[in-house]
Amino acid sequence: MNPSSETFDQNALAALADKQLRGALRNATSLFGQRRLAAARSLDNWEDLRSQARRIKDEVLLRLDEYLLAFVSKAESRGAEIHWARDAAEANKIICALTVERGAKSIVKSKSMTTEETHLNKALEKAGMQVVETDLGEYIIQLADETPSHIIAPAIHKTKKQIAELFTAELGMPPTDDVGQLTSTARTTLRQFFANSDVGISGVNFGVAETGTIMIVENEGNIRLTTSLPRMHIAVMGIEKIVPRFEDLDVFLKLLPRSGTGQRLTTYQSLITGVKQSPTEEGPEQLHIVLLDNGRSRMLAHPVTRQSLACIRCGACLNACPVYQQIGGHAYGSVYPGPIGAVITPQLMGLKKTAQLPYASSLCGACREVCPVKIDIPRLLLHLRSEVTERSGDHVPKKTVERLAFKVWAQVMRRPKLYELSARVGRLMQRLVVKNKRIGKVGVPPLSGWTNYRDLRPIESQSFREQWRKGLIGNREQ
Amino acid sequence: MDKREKQSTKIKEQSTKIEDLRIEDLSESMRVSLFVTCLVDQLWSNVGTSCVEVLRRAGCEVVFDERQTCCAQPAFNTGYRNEARQVAKRFIEIFEDSDAEAIVSPSGSCTAMVHHFPELFADEPDWMRRSQTIATRTYELSAFLVRVLKIDDVGASWKGRLTWHDACHGLRDLNLKSEPRSLIRKVKGAEFVELENAESCCGFGGTFSVKYPEISVAILDQKIEAIERANVQAVVASDASCLMQIGGRLSRNGSNVKVMHLAELLAMSDKL
Repeated sequence: MNPSSETFDQNALAALADKQLRGALRNATSLFGQRRLAAARSLDNWEDLRSQARRIKDEVLLRLDEYLLAFVSKAESRGAEIHWARDAAEANKIICALTVERGAKSIVKSKSMTTEETHLNKALEKAGMQVVETDLGEYIIQLADETPSHIIAPAIHKTKKQIAELFTAELGMPPTDDVGQLTSTARTTLRQFFANSDVGISGVNFGVAETGTIMIVENEGNIRLTTSLPRMHIAVMGIEKIVPRFEDLDVFLKLLPRSGTGQRLTTYQSLITGVKQSPTEEGPEQLHIVLLDNGRSRMLAHPVTRQSLACIRCGACLNACPVYQQIGGHAYGSVYPGPIGAVITPQLMGLKKTAQLPYASSLCGACREVCPVKIDIPRLLLHLRSEVTERSGDHVPKKTVERLAFKVWAQVMRRPKLYELSARVGRLMQRLVVKNKRIGKVGVPPLSGWTNYRDLRPIESQSFREQWRKGLIGNREQ
Repeated sequence: MDKREKQSTKIKEQSTKIEDLRIEDLSESMRVSLFVTCLVDQLWSNVGTSCVEVLRRAGCEVVFDERQTCCAQPAFNTGYRNEARQVAKRFIEIFEDSDAEAIVSPSGSCTAMVHHFPELFADEPDWMRRSQTIATRTYELSAFLVRVLKIDDVGASWKGRLTWHDACHGLRDLNLKSEPRSLIRKVKGAEFVELENAESCCGFGGTFSVKYPEISVAILDQKIEAIERANVQAVVASDASCLMQIGGRLSRNGSNVKVMHLAELLAMSDKL
């Protein structure tokens, strides 16, 4: 069901051939894009906010150890229990043990990319739990047995019609294409799970070092329910989610909803500081915060790629990316798709199976332009590309021909005579394929990559420098 | 004969216009070293000759160093930093030899690459310094005309309806947005319409265009559709690479829309 990053080429071709997918993507990404722009323009200090957010993130990343320990001690003082998880397996083991100990049978989950990253649902199901995703989009893809194709809109690839068919098949809903009917069917079904679940599992958007508070934003109210109805709440948080001060949330609350969905504010912002402090208060008896590393400290150690840890998972770069707009998220074969996914995934999983991802970009820079924390994604993609070529063969697919081609290219480009000679050779060889002053379809790579879809300009009979040399550009007298 | 007379009076008119525009302080001519780019040199020489024409009309003395080749971008963007470094060093050596006040190029992308040179020399402080000096002297054509020479009317005329494609590196690396537009708006006879997705990528992306041709063309086709909807005779851009991508598809589709480099448009003097 889930394609892998190794087969990115084929995944992309399959996506391009899927008309429904492309229609859904075109509508959703352009709508998100327009809304984001309007929301950003509603503030006159948008650029200042971006710089401020980035400064806060940089401050955290430089002293992450200190801020994490401060967060932990504050959260513990309010009754939260902290668990450190080195990797996905360790996180899942901790969470499974907690739920088994609790005697849980049914678990409600709110949307969390971090638990997608650890494949938590599979681990819980293996431990005999029933896990229900309660975010509408996540619920849809859980019913369809798929993975999210977008960071904030997991079912962005699905059309209304496909969802209606799914609900009819899986939930016995009478056939309808009324959106109200669809959502109310999901709501009714999910309410029962909320009422009967022993454990609620959520992600975390921000963890405040100053107070030990976790903040989670949402629109559907399912996170509020997940984190308040069951007796035990488990929050899974990547270690990079820390902000130093409570007031920093103000900056990120202005940026995140605007960048993600184009809203001025999400419908719900849950701020959770420890557990209920007296029996008369409402809320869970237990709060477990699982702090996940899973490759993040390795990312932190690298001076160039460190900045990718500043990501707040808004998804704006996906919507703005011309590649994502055409192929969607599944083609990337990774939990995090799009431009930021192409940067994060190789760092989390290593380049061996993800070496194609950094090349899945035209380097247009639209991602950098919309990023609320100013991550220079094109620069990071270029850095990862250089890692791929430098480590070619060493845990990374070999690129023998390409490497040789660039070695020859560099020699040619350093020697103008050789450069002119190569052009002359090209001029001779192209005689075979030039017709009507253009090169049409040629069946031989690498030319075919271009000419299968577009005509190519031939090398001219007289280059600019030849014309200059002959004094044809009014330069004789100089 | 009549025709030729007409033309010569027109050219005279134009040149007086340019004289009027020229800032007094710039009375002594500025020396400009042309970095024509390998693509223009070999595949689209008219862009180069147009560039020379426009710069001269703007009162510059143009020099061209025949040792120049490529800006190193193909290697840099594909991840071959060593090879990029070798070619970049040669570029720096060649253009350091010139006493020209500015290095001007008809490509936002190649200019942006030169501005990226310092990133290649984190471990070589001497080359870092030299690359920074070269970078600050290097301008894309429209940036040079508008920001440095403060000229937006180069006396061009072209009859017809046209639109503009913002090449990504010019737009996002060099911040070129108003500069090309103000130049185009001064072209006599030209009716300029904004493209609905002017700022969207054309899908070229260097080696991306042949590594992932299907994705590249899927992106391109959105641009093509918008160009066709704009009902124009020509689409103008400031990068030969984007224009090859857009033009190659237009030509394959049998479209009547022409692609034109900004330099070509600015060098036009009512040939229609």
